[in-house]
Amino acid sequence: MPGLILLKNGRVIDPVNGIDQIQDVLIVDGKISAVVQPGTLPEQVGLVYDLAGKWVVPGLIDMHVHLREPGQEYKETIATGTRAAAAGGFTAVASMPNTKPINDNQTVTVFILAKAAEAGFARVYPVGAISSGSNGEQLAEFGELRQAGAVAVTDDGLPVGNSQLMRRALEYAGNHDLLVISHAEEMTLSHGGAMNDGALATRLGLRGIPHVAEEIMVYRDLALAEFTGRPIHIAHVSTRESLSLLRRAKEKGVAVTAETAPHYFTLTEKAVDGYNTLAKMNPPLRTEADVAAIREALRDGTLDAIATDHAPHGELDKDMEFDLAANGIIGLETAVPLTLRLVRENQLDARRMVELLSVNPARILGVPGGTLSVGAPADITVIDPEKKFVFTEESIQSKSKNSPFLGWELQGKAVLTILAGRITWGQDTFSS
Amino acid sequence: MTSEYRFTHKHVLGLADFSVEDIQAVLQTAESFKEISSRSIKKVPTLRGKTIINFFFEPSTRTRLSFEVAAKRMSADTFNISNSGSSTVKGETLIDTARNLAAMNPDCIILRHPRSGSARLLAEHIDASVINAGDGTHEHPSQGLLDLMTVREAKGGIAGLKIAIIGDIAHSRVAHSNIIGFSKMGAFVTVSGPATLIPPGIEELGARVSRSVMEAVDGADVIMALRIQKERQQDPLFPSLREYAKFFGVSQNVADAASPEAVIMHPGPINRGVELDPKLADGSRSVILEQVTNGVAVRMALLYLIMGGD
Repeated sequence: MPGLILLKNGRVIDPVNGIDQIQDVLIVDGKISAVVQPGTLPEQVGLVYDLAGKWVVPGLIDMHVHLREPGQEYKETIATGTRAAAAGGFTAVASMPNTKPINDNQTVTVFILAKAAEAGFARVYPVGAISSGSNGEQLAEFGELRQAGAVAVTDDGLPVGNSQLMRRALEYAGNHDLLVISHAEEMTLSHGGAMNDGALATRLGLRGIPHVAEEIMVYRDLALAEFTGRPIHIAHVSTRESLSLLRRAKEKGVAVTAETAPHYFTLTEKAVDGYNTLAKMNPPLRTEADVAAIREALRDGTLDAIATDHAPHGELDKDMEFDLAANGIIGLETAVPLTLRLVRENQLDARRMVELLSVNPARILGVPGGTLSVGAPADITVIDPEKKFVFTEESIQSKSKNSPFLGWELQGKAVLTILAGRITWGQDTFSS
Repeated sequence: MTSEYRFTHKHVLGLADFSVEDIQAVLQTAESFKEISSRSIKKVPTLRGKTIINFFFEPSTRTRLSFEVAAKRMSADTFNISNSGSSTVKGETLIDTARNLAAMNPDCIILRHPRSGSARLLAEHIDASVINAGDGTHEHPSQGLLDLMTVREAKGGIAGLKIAIIGDIAHSRVAHSNIIGFSKMGAFVTVSGPATLIPPGIEELGARVSRSVMEAVDGADVIMALRIQKERQQDPLFPSLREYAKFFGVSQNVADAASPEAVIMHPGPINRGVELDPKLADGSRSVILEQVTNGVAVRMALLYLIMGGD
C-alpha cells in the first residue's frame, strides 16, 4: 500500500510527548498515524523497517545554514545543500539571507522556496535580511518577506552595527511575527581578525578576534530585547562570558534563545595551528574553557539549540593565505555524530539532544515539527548511535568539502531520514 | 654539537622550527663564510648552477639585496620578482604563481609576503626550498639569525645575556624571531613598549614583559629598538610619534640604564629620532651596520645549508 511505512522496534525519543521507549511508529499518507507498543499493530502492507538498536526521533531542524543559492552555486545549491541536510538527518533547515543577491525581498524568498520544493530533500525556512542589502542602514521589507514565507530576519555574516537600527528591527519584527536573529560581533574590536585573540594568534602572527567582541554585542542585543520586550535569538555563541550574559538575561525573564554549533563544543583554537584554513570561522574557535562552558550551557538550558552554521566554501575560498581565506565550515553531515560524542561522554542525554536539534529549533522558529504526535507530518530521523565511520570527502553530499573533521573516525549517524512520509535519505544504505 | 649532527631542514620558515643545534650550525657556518665578503674576489663556486628566485611582495631594500648578494657570492643564479611586476596583480593566486615559478625548476624561492603563514603555504605546494624573508607579522628567521650572530660576535656568547627589545612587538616579525631565537639560546629577553603594541601571550614565545622601558633596559647587554610603522597610525595604538619618542624611544637616558658595554641594535630602516636617538644609532655602541654585514654571511650560510649539502 503506497504511503504506508512501519518503523518497528526503534527507541522512540519524543520529548514533547514524554516518550522514550521502544515503540512502533506507523506512517500513513505522510502523517504519523500511530505510536504504539511493538507488535500491537496488525501486519501492514508497505515498507517495514526493523529499527532495533536505532533511535526514532522527530526530524532534526538546523536553524542556521548557508545554502549559497542564488549567487554562489559553485559552493552549494539549494538542491545539494538540502541533500546534505537529509544525509545528515535533517528534515528542515533555516537558510541565511547572505546570498547574492541578499534575501532582503520577497522575490528572493519566493525563489528559494521554489528551488527547495523542486529539490524535495528538506523543508527550507528562509531567513530574510534585517537591513536592505544587509548594509546596516534601512530596514528590509519585513512584511513582504513574511508573506512570502520568511520566518526570521538577520544580517548574519555581519552584525547590525547601528544600535538604533537593531532596536527598530526588534520593534518592527513584532508587527510581522518574525524572529530577530543576532550575529553578535563588535566590528571595531574584531577588526579584520582571523582567529581567536591570544598567545596562539601571537605565535602565528595572525590578528586576533577577542572574545569581548562577541560579548559586548550579546549584551547590547539582550539589553535591546529587554528594552523593547521583543524576543531575540543569539546565533553561534562561542564564548564563556556570552553564556553568563545569557544566563543572567534568562533569569530576568528576557525573551532570549541561543544556539551554538558543534565545532564550538568540539574544537579549540588549536585546530587553527599550521594555518589550517579549514578551521577558520567567525566567530573563531576559542579555548578549552569556552568549550567546557558551552557543553555545560547545552546541558543546563542556557543554550537552546545546536545549529551547524553550515557554510560551504570551495578551494577558491580556502586554499590560500590564512588571512584571506573565507570563514566557515560545512556542518550538516557531522552534527549528529559530534553531538552524540557528548551523549556518549554523558554530557547530554538523548532526550536533551533531541530537544537541542529538533524540539527547540521548531519552537524558536515557530514552525511545525519537533514532535512525533499522531497527526503530525511524518518528519522523522532514524539515528544509529553506534555506527562507526570515517568522515571522508567522498562521503560528503554537500557540494563543498570544507570541514576540519575530514579523516575523523566518528560514531553515530542518521541512517534514515523521512520527510512527510517520504524517504529522503537512507533508502539504499538501509535495507528494509 | 655532537658529531652526528646534520642540518636537515629543506625550508627555513621560522626559528620556531629550529633546534639549538640548528641555530649553532647556521651561526658557525656564517662565521666561516663572513671572510669571503672581505676578499678582493668575493665569490666562491659553492652554489654554481643553482637557481634562486627572490620573490618579494613587499618593498624591501636591505633584505632583498642581502639575499641577492649572498647568492651571487656563492655563484648561484638569482632572479628577482616584485609584487608590481608579478602576475598576482593580474589576479593570479600566490599558489598558482608559485607553481608556475616551480615549473621553471628553481632550487630555492625566497619569499617576502604581507600574510602570515605564506612561506609555509608556498613550501606545502612546491618542491623547491623556501626561505621565509618575512611573512606578515609571523617570523623573519634570517633577521633573527643575523641578530644572534651579531650579538655572539660582540659579546662572545649568547647564553645568560639580558636582551631588551623595545617598541612595536605586536606587528614585528623581527621581534618574534628574535624572542624565539635568543630565548632558545639561553638569553633573557624582556620586551617593552606601549601596552597597545605588546601582543597577548608574548610570554609564551619566551619574553618577559615590562611596562617600563627603563626597567626593561636595566642592566641589559643588548638594546634592540624596533621600527614604528607609521602606516599603522589609523589604528589608535599611541597618540603621536612625538609622544612615542618621548616615552618609548631609545634615548641616551634609556641607554645609560643598560650595562655600560651594552650594544645598540635596530633591524632598519630607522625612523631617526622616533624609536632611536640618532646619536645612539651612529655611536660607538651601535652594531647596526654589523647587523647588515652579518646578514649577508647568515644568508650565505642558509643557502649553503639547504642547497649545498648534496
